[in-house]
Amino acid sequence: MTSTDERTGTDERMWTARLRRRAVTAWPPERLLPDRQPAYVASWIYVFGVLTLAALVVVLVSGGVLALEGPQWYHDSPQGHFVNSLHLWSVELFFFVMVIHLWGKFFMAAWRGRRALTWVTGAVAFLGSIATAFTGYLVQSNFDAQWISTQAKDGLNAVGVGAWFNVLNYGQMLLFHVVLFPFVLGVLVVWHVLLVRRRGVVPPFPDGTPTAQPAEEVEQ
Amino acid sequence: MDHPGYYLHWGVVQISLANAIVIVLMLVVFVVALIAPFPGRRRR
Repeated sequence: MTSTDERTGTDERMWTARLRRRAVTAWPPERLLPDRQPAYVASWIYVFGVLTLAALVVVLVSGGVLALEGPQWYHDSPQGHFVNSLHLWSVELFFFVMVIHLWGKFFMAAWRGRRALTWVTGAVAFLGSIATAFTGYLVQSNFDAQWISTQAKDGLNAVGVGAWFNVLNYGQMLLFHVVLFPFVLGVLVVWHVLLVRRRGVVPPFPDGTPTAQPAEEVEQ
Repeated sequence: MDHPGYYLHWGVVQISLANAIVIVLMLVVFVVALIAPFPGRRRR
C-alpha cells in the first residue's frame, strides 16, 4: 500500500504535499485573486489600502535605485536628486494614505468577523513603517539627520532600549533602513494582504446591532 | 531651508505649520472619501 496518489503524483507523507494542501485550502486561486468584490466595497474609503500598497511599491523601487547607485549619485547628480525626492515624497504619500486607511478601518471596527489578526498585522506594519521612515531620516547625512539622531538617542535611552542599537551609528542605521526593516515590513505587508484575501474585506456595520454579516456580491 | 520652520502653539502643544496642514488635509480627504459618490456604483 502506498500513500502516493497515482493520478496526481501527490505523496501525502511529504511535508511539501501537506503544506501545499493547507495553502490551497486557505487561499484557493479564486480567493487569492478574486473576480468579484462585495457591493459595499464600491466606496472611496475602501481604496486607501491599495493606495498604500501602490505608494509602498514606489518607495521600494526608488529606494532600490538609491541603494544601487549610492550616495554620491543621489547627492550630486540631477537624476539622483530626482530619485531621492521621489523616495521622500512617495513615503509622505504612503503615510498620508495609510493613516486614512487606518482611520477608515478603525471606525468600521475592521477586526470583526475573525479579522483580529488582519488588524494586528496592519497595526504592527504601521509601527514598523514608522521605524523604517525614522531610520531613513537618520541616513540623510545632513544636519537634520544629526539633530534627529541625537534627540532620538536621548529618548531611546530614556525608555531603556538604548543598549540594543545605536541611532548615532550611521552604518547600523543604514543597514536597518535598507535591509532589516524593509524585510520585516515586506513580510508583515504580505501577511496582512493574505489575511485580507482569506477573511475578505470587512463589511460596514449593518443598521442596528454591530455584527459582521456577509453582504451581497456584485461584479466590479 | 535656511530658516526655522513656522510653529503653532497652543499651551503645551506645539506643531509645525507644515505638519498641521498635512493633518488637516488628511482629515478633509477622509471625510470626502466617506461622502463622495463612487463612480460606477450600481443603483439598487
